[in-house]
Amino acid sequence: MNKHVVVIGGGVAGMEAAGQLRKTGFEVSLFEKEEKPGGHLNKWYKLFPDRRPSSEVKEYLDNITSGEGIKIITGKTIEKIVQNKNQFHISDKEGSEYTADAVIVATGFDLFKSARKEEYGYGIYDNVITSADLEEMFRKGSITLVNGRTPETIGIVHCVGSRDEKMGNLYCSKLCCVTAVKQAIEIREHLPSAKVFCFYMDMRMGGAYYEELYREAQEEWGVNFIRGKVSEVSESINNRLVIKSEDTLAGKPLKMLVDMLVLMAGMEMSEEGLKLGDSSGLKRGDNRFFSPADHHFGSNKSNLKGIYYAGTCTMPMNITETISHARAAVMDVIEYLKES
Amino acid sequence: MQFDPFVIPFNIGLYFILIYAVVRSVIWFNDLSRPDKLRLQRGFFGKTFGQSIKEIFLESLIHRKILKSNPRLGYMHMSLAFGWFLLILFGTIEADVFGAHHLNAPYKSIFFKFFNPEHGRAGFEAAYSFLMDLILAFILSGLLLAVIKRFSSKVVGMKKTTKLRVLDKVALTSLWLIFPSRLLAESFTSGAYGTGSFLTGSLGSVLASFLPAQEMAYPFWWLYSLSLGTFFILLPLTRYMHIPTELFLIFARNSGIKTGDQPGAFREIQIYSCSSCGICIDACQLNFSAGITNIQSAYLMKGIRNNENVSDIAFNCLMCGRCDQKCPVGIELTPLRMLSRRAGETVESEQTILKKYFPDRKSVLPARPAADPSYTFLKQYEPAKTDVIYFAGCMTHLTPAIKNSMVAILEASGVRYNFLDEMGGVCCGRPLMLAGQDREARELINHNSQLIWKSGAHTLVTSCPICYKVFKESYYLDVEVLHHSQFIKNMIEDGSLKLNFLRRKVTYHAPCELGRGSGVYDEPKDVLRYVARLQETGFEDKNSLCCGGSLGNIKISSRQKSMIAHDVAAELTKDNPDILATSCPLCKKTLAAATTTKVADISEIVADAIIKPAIKKKLTEPAGKVKMQADFQN
Repeated sequence: MNKHVVVIGGGVAGMEAAGQLRKTGFEVSLFEKEEKPGGHLNKWYKLFPDRRPSSEVKEYLDNITSGEGIKIITGKTIEKIVQNKNQFHISDKEGSEYTADAVIVATGFDLFKSARKEEYGYGIYDNVITSADLEEMFRKGSITLVNGRTPETIGIVHCVGSRDEKMGNLYCSKLCCVTAVKQAIEIREHLPSAKVFCFYMDMRMGGAYYEELYREAQEEWGVNFIRGKVSEVSESINNRLVIKSEDTLAGKPLKMLVDMLVLMAGMEMSEEGLKLGDSSGLKRGDNRFFSPADHHFGSNKSNLKGIYYAGTCTMPMNITETISHARAAVMDVIEYLKES
Repeated sequence: MQFDPFVIPFNIGLYFILIYAVVRSVIWFNDLSRPDKLRLQRGFFGKTFGQSIKEIFLESLIHRKILKSNPRLGYMHMSLAFGWFLLILFGTIEADVFGAHHLNAPYKSIFFKFFNPEHGRAGFEAAYSFLMDLILAFILSGLLLAVIKRFSSKVVGMKKTTKLRVLDKVALTSLWLIFPSRLLAESFTSGAYGTGSFLTGSLGSVLASFLPAQEMAYPFWWLYSLSLGTFFILLPLTRYMHIPTELFLIFARNSGIKTGDQPGAFREIQIYSCSSCGICIDACQLNFSAGITNIQSAYLMKGIRNNENVSDIAFNCLMCGRCDQKCPVGIELTPLRMLSRRAGETVESEQTILKKYFPDRKSVLPARPAADPSYTFLKQYEPAKTDVIYFAGCMTHLTPAIKNSMVAILEASGVRYNFLDEMGGVCCGRPLMLAGQDREARELINHNSQLIWKSGAHTLVTSCPICYKVFKESYYLDVEVLHHSQFIKNMIEDGSLKLNFLRRKVTYHAPCELGRGSGVYDEPKDVLRYVARLQETGFEDKNSLCCGGSLGNIKISSRQKSMIAHDVAAELTKDNPDILATSCPLCKKTLAAATTTKVADISEIVADAIIKPAIKKKLTEPAGKVKMQADFQN
C-alpha cells in the first residue's frame, strides 16, 4: 500500500514539497485555507532580484502539483494534528478528519499588521499603504492616491514590525530591504517624475544580486536612501503626509512632506500556524516561529517524529530558500517512512 | 516582695526606649520646616487631636485597613498590637486594684503574677484572671499566625512576605519569645500555687504534675524579662521602630504635613513608619505579572533605613501608585520614591551602632550635581489668540486616531480653539521629572508656559494624562486645565456636543496618571455611559491596574512590560466587551499590542457617536475656515 503524506499549507513551500513527494511515489494531500493554492505569490507583482513576474514561479508550482497522485483540497483550515502510533489524525476547522503516515507543516507567514504601529497612521491616513498594497497597485498598473491623483513624492519606511522590541519582534525579516529597493525602482518605472525616499535602519542586502540591485536603485533610478527610522506621521491641511524622522548620518532631525507612504511590513508567524502548533504540541521559539529540532542539521525536523517543517513557518525566507527548504523536508519524510 | 533582680533587663529596656522615643521625636520636630512645625503644633493642640487619637486606635491597634483587605493578616496584626495594648492596660489596672500599693512601677504590673502568686483564687479575682488569660490567648493566637506566616505566607492570604536582616531576626525572635515565656512563667507559678485561670491555671497544673513548678517558674520569669528588654533595646534598629514612629506620623499627617519634593524629617518619619508588612508587594504588578520581587516599596523603605544605595530599586517602578492606595499605614510611597530618584545614586556607607540609633540627618540625600540644560534651540513664536488651547502631547502624536478624534470633537463642539502642537511641539516635562531631572524639566515648562500665556486662552485641553498632571501641578498658569474626558463631559452637559448612543459593550481602564495620579475617575466613565454600555471590571478607580507601558520605569525590559500588559488586557476583557476603552494614549498603545479586542480612547468612541450636522460643510475648505465664516456672518 502506498504511504500517504499530508502537506498543510499550499504556498510555495507546500506546493514544492507536494510536487517532490509525488515524484518519489507517495500519495499526497495538499491542504490550503484559501480558495486557490499559491499563497502570497498570488499577490506579488515581480520578484527580486531579477524582477521576473511572479506568475512564472506560480506556473512552475502549478505544473509540478497538477495531475495524478496529488489531491489539492482548498478552503480548508487545518487546526490539529494528533499522533496515534504510526498514524496522524488531522482535523480541520469544520471537524472533518483525515489520516496520514507523515505530515509536512508549511503554514508560512503573515505580513505584520501595520495598523498596530498606530504612529505610522495605516488605516487612519488615506495614503499610507503597505508593501502588499503597492504590489496590488503594480498589478493593476496604476499608482494613485485615494483622490485619484498621481503621487509626486513617495516615502518608503523599512523595518515596520521587524527589529522592533515594542512590537515583540526582535528579529530581522531580512527581505523587506530588498523589497523596498525593488519597489522603489518599480515606482520610478511607473512614475518617471516621482521622487522616492527610503527610510532605513540598516540596508541588509544579503542575497544573490541584492547589493547590485541596491546600487542600481541609487545610480540608475535616483532613489534616495536616508538612514533613520520614521518616528511619527501626521497629515497636513492639504492632505499630504508629514513625516518626522532623523537623518542619523547628518545627525539632524528631519521633517518631510510626502504624498504617499509605503510601509515595508515584516514577516510574522501566521495565525493559523500559531493555532495549529499550539493545539498539536509543536514547539515554538521566542520569535513565535516553529522551532526546528536543530538549527544546523535538523531545520526541517519538529519536536514530534513524523511531522516536518517546510518554508517560512520556521523563519523568514525568500522563495529560493523556501523551495530548497521544502525539498529538504521531503528528504526527511522519505527517511522517516522508510524506517517505519 | 517588692523587687527581684530578674526585672532589671525589662527596666533597662523600657526606660531606654521611652527616653529614646522622646529624644528622637524632639530631633524630628526640630528638623521639620518652620511651616510644618506650626502645622504640627496646631494639629496637636487643635481639632485634629481627637481625629489622630481615633486613627491611632483604629489603625495602630485594631489595624482596620488590613482587616478590611485581608482579614487573616489583619487579625494577626490586631491580636499582637491590640492584644498587647489590652494586656498592658488591664495589667496596670490589675496591679493597681489587687496589688499591694496603688500607682506601681511598670514592672509590677508586667510581672504581677510573680509578685502576687496567690492572686486569683476565687470570686472577682478569678474572673479578672480569666480576662487576663483570655487576652494572653488572643495574643498567642496571633503569634501562632505570625510564626506560620514566616514559613508560609500563603496561610495569612499573602503571596509574598518580606525578607529579613540579622538584627530583624534577633528582634523578631525576642518578640516571639515574649508571650510564650510569659505563658510558661505564669503557668509554672500558677501551678505551684494552684491559681490561674483556664489557660495558665490548666497548663500550670498539668506542668506541675510532673515538673517542679516552683523551681521551673523563676528561669522563665528571667526569660520573659530578658526578651522584653532585648526587644526594646533593639527596636530602633529594626522594622519594629514603626510602632512608636507611626504615632508621630499620624499626628503629623493629620496636621496637614505632606512629603513635598524636598527631603526632610517627614520623609524620615514615614520611612521608619513602614512595618514591612508586605501588602505593597502583593499589590505590585511588577511582582505578580513580571516576577520582580525585590523592588517594592517595603524594600525601598528598608534600603533607605539601612543606608543602602537604593537607586536600582528607586528607578525600577511603574510609578502607578497602587501601593500608595493599599498601604495600611498611609505612607506616601510614590512621592518618597520620587525623592530617591531626584537624589540619583547614593553612597552606601558602613554605620557605627551609634549612627544606627541616630542616623545622620544632614547627609540623608545629597543633591545631584547641577547639570547644564540648554534648550536654546527651541523656536519662539507667537501663537494665535484663542479661547481654548488643545495640547495633544508627544504620545497623542504617536496615536493619530486620538488626535483626529479630538479635532473632530473640538470642531463639532463649536469652540474657538488653537491646536498648539499640531505640527509638533515641546514635551510637557513630566518624563524628565519622573526621571528626577527637575531642572531640565523646568526649561520645557517655561517654554510651553510662554506659548500658552501669549495665546490668551482660558482653557487648556490635553489628551494625555501625563501632560494633564504636569500642567495642573507643575505649571503656574492662569488657565483651566482639563483632560479631554472632562472637556467632553462639559461639552455634552452644556449641549454643545450632540451624540448618538452606540450599541456597544465597553470596559474602562483608568490610567494611573489620570486616576490615582490626578483623581479624575468619574468623568471618563460618565462620558462612556453617555455613548455606550459600560461594564464593570473589578478593577475600578483606586484599584485600577497599570497598563505596564509606564514612562516611570526605565529599568525593566519591553518583554517584562508586555507581560504586565497581557495580564491587564486579559483581566479587562474577560467579559468580552466590544471595546476596551481608556483615556490615555500610552495605555491605548500598550494595551492594543496585548489583546485582540479593539482598544480605543474615549475620544475615538465619542467621535464615532457625533451626530453629523444636516448641512454638509464643503470638504475642500478646511473645517476651521468654515467656522470662521459662520461667525463673521453672525
